[in-house]
Amino acid sequence: MTDSVLRLHERDKSSLPIEYSKEEGDLRIVGFWIFLAAELVLFGTLFGTYLVLQSHTAGGPTAKDLFEIGPVMAETIVLLVSSFTCGLSTIELRRHNTKGLIAWLIVTILLGLVFVGLEANEFYTYAVHEGATLSRSAFLSGFFVLLGTHGCHVSLGIVWIIGILLQLAKRGITPVTARKAFMVGLYWHFLDVVWIFIFTAVYLTGWVI
Amino acid sequence: MIDSIKSFMGWFFVTGDPMIYGADASIALVSIGIVAVLTYFKKWKWLWEEWLTTVDHKRIGIMYIIAALLMLFRGGIDALMMRAQLTLPNMHFLDAEHYNQVFTTHGTIMIIFVAMPFIFGLMNIAVPLQIGARDVAYPFLNALSFWFFFVGAMLFNLSFVIGGSPDAGWSSYAPYAGAELNPGVGQNYYLIGVQISGIGSLATGINFLVTILKMRAPGMTLFKMPMFTWSVLITSVIVVFAFPAFTVALALMTIDRLFGAHFFTIAAGGSPMLWANLFWFWGHPEVYIVLLPVFGIFSEVIATFAHKTLFGYAVMVWSMIAISVLSFITWLHHFFTMGNTAPVNAFFSISTMLIAIPTGVKIFNWLFTLNKGRIQFTTPMLWALAFIPNFTIGGVTGVMLAMAPADYQYHNSYFLVAHFHSTLIAGTVFGIFCGLHYWWPKMFGYLLDERKGKWSFWIFMISFNVCFMPMYFLGLMGMTRRMYTYPAGLGWTPINVVMTIGAVGMGVGFALMAWNIIWSAFYGKKDTTGDPWGGRTLEWVTASPAPEYNFAHIPEVSTRDAFTAMKEEKEKGLAKSSKPYEPIHMPNNTGIPVIMASFMFVAGFGFVFEWYWMGIPGLIGVIACMIARSFVYNDHHYISIDEIKRTEAATGRLS
Repeated sequence: MTDSVLRLHERDKSSLPIEYSKEEGDLRIVGFWIFLAAELVLFGTLFGTYLVLQSHTAGGPTAKDLFEIGPVMAETIVLLVSSFTCGLSTIELRRHNTKGLIAWLIVTILLGLVFVGLEANEFYTYAVHEGATLSRSAFLSGFFVLLGTHGCHVSLGIVWIIGILLQLAKRGITPVTARKAFMVGLYWHFLDVVWIFIFTAVYLTGWVI
Repeated sequence: MIDSIKSFMGWFFVTGDPMIYGADASIALVSIGIVAVLTYFKKWKWLWEEWLTTVDHKRIGIMYIIAALLMLFRGGIDALMMRAQLTLPNMHFLDAEHYNQVFTTHGTIMIIFVAMPFIFGLMNIAVPLQIGARDVAYPFLNALSFWFFFVGAMLFNLSFVIGGSPDAGWSSYAPYAGAELNPGVGQNYYLIGVQISGIGSLATGINFLVTILKMRAPGMTLFKMPMFTWSVLITSVIVVFAFPAFTVALALMTIDRLFGAHFFTIAAGGSPMLWANLFWFWGHPEVYIVLLPVFGIFSEVIATFAHKTLFGYAVMVWSMIAISVLSFITWLHHFFTMGNTAPVNAFFSISTMLIAIPTGVKIFNWLFTLNKGRIQFTTPMLWALAFIPNFTIGGVTGVMLAMAPADYQYHNSYFLVAHFHSTLIAGTVFGIFCGLHYWWPKMFGYLLDERKGKWSFWIFMISFNVCFMPMYFLGLMGMTRRMYTYPAGLGWTPINVVMTIGAVGMGVGFALMAWNIIWSAFYGKKDTTGDPWGGRTLEWVTASPAPEYNFAHIPEVSTRDAFTAMKEEKEKGLAKSSKPYEPIHMPNNTGIPVIMASFMFVAGFGFVFEWYWMGIPGLIGVIACMIARSFVYNDHHYISIDEIKRTEAATGRLS
């Protein structure tokens, strides 16, 4: 008995990790990598747009005026740590430890929530206290949309992990739930990589230039 | 109260033009007619269970093609309206504003809602069969892609009667397409309708990439794949890497218009040129997205009807790969005149000309395939043969346009318009018609009538040349694109009259093809063998139309032109004894894709009108559907051995 839709390539899968153990899992994980490649182009386009418009401040606040090192470092550390805990959850998955997997995923979404909260607070400070809104200048349009897209991805990731947690609690680690937990991990690490680029291209560059 | 309702209705519905009222009436009549027919024949359940909820790639392919043909009709009517307006100088059939809307919807519909879905439809029908698979990698996602395309197309078309059509051209350049210069909802329809459809396209790209990489029949290595499958593989890679850029471009302009951002505005530091770059970074690869698959179709058809294996298989593949890479570094040739420096123009000029090399290689390979072949002039073959010279003219004028200094002369003239119609009609349209006739028996189990098919081919192909050959000269005589009328005395009138005659002829050719489809549905020759053309690839192994599970046994492949090899083995009496059947695992039908797409339609409509009370709940509905899908675990079923035996016996294949 198998969950695969199309048993085309019968091969020994017993040596593979559980998330790859069924053909369907294998197919979906490959597809998800390709989806992440498309996401890379999506973020690449947003980065390109931001870098083109970075100097177009139209007399409004510049990057130097706005960015403060404290909150940005806090966001960075929280998100990097969440990526680490997400990695730990995958290790627990490989050890078939449902409780450990659930626990680390919960820690991950809590850190994700802290990150989203910090970012929302950063946006609020800029918009309300500094008058730096989306429609103030092209630079700010680029800034808010690039970071907002990343923040929306993190928020969606939180919703996604909650959905997987419910399924894990009900069904434990099966080839299907394992594949879902593994894929959301890929997604989470990807968002972390994007943040590193944001930290470099937006904040570091903003402080220096 | 009544006055406010009246003024709302006057703003909400497009008014004031008799043609619009005609459209209103015909939309209402057709809708009532469809509902009445479905109710009278008690077909609602059939529609829902067999079509709306299907995840079968063959049915999804058929739905794509039906939708694309309907959109082709709409886009064709737009074209005829433009030609009517331009036939004689100083015409007042359309006013300037209406003309702008018509060329905008013509371009957008033809590229995004005809060329792409038609090709996606043919991909859906042929690719899983060609690689010996039972479905695509993600059948659910495949259905979702179709429904997103469909609601995107419907939303875009709604603009004609509700709210007003976009009028900034299919390329929708900023700053004209921005909120300041283009108020109203028309441009929002473009941005959101195309966006929704684009999400579906991206998903299709991922789906087919994984399907082809992971689900080929045993023994089918990459370099044993049919050429159409190769072309779809390469196209899928282009889709995955080009579409996200368009997603971003459309989203940024939507944010500009709806929330007052300044990406592409003139004020507050926006950069209108950024739009042109982002748009064409997708837009140029896009033309190869609609061209490479038809190269694949022509390769299949020419090899089949020349009764020879394709000449230069590996070179064909590598030239397509070269085209796909080059397609990403030529986008700037769409705006040589926008004030770039000379080295920038020179780079893009050379990269553009380079594309002619792999394309030329392909043309010669097709000619060498024909060389000493036993050529059979069927309708699909006629389309393929006509493609070669007609497309070459489009390609050569493309090289002329690629020369940046000369382009200052040609830019935005009818010379350019003639060029891209030569490539898109002689390439893409001939290709989809070719594929339609070629795979029709595989879709429906009967052939389209050859005599009517050939008549429609000759009328369409000759009329195409009557319409677009003179257009090159009109461009060189100075007529520019997108002008809604022109004064007498410039010497343009005779050419415009000839072009209109050609355009009408193309309409007649298409109408004849539509008649052929209807006629053949009743009287078409049945295809009882599953192999009406003497095909060379695996889609012809199975019955026509293919059963739900495609293949009772997954075929095993040892060579290119796998089916030809099987037939030869059979003649030599080497056919393998058949194995016993096993139950086949198939995905269940599901209503989630069509429901999710309906929520997307509601959301899209809300955002078009900036009615967030409607848009946001629509989006929440979309996310709720995603979550609901995540909790579905029982999504497969088995087809029993008995049922396989019954199906195979019905087509005379039980051995």
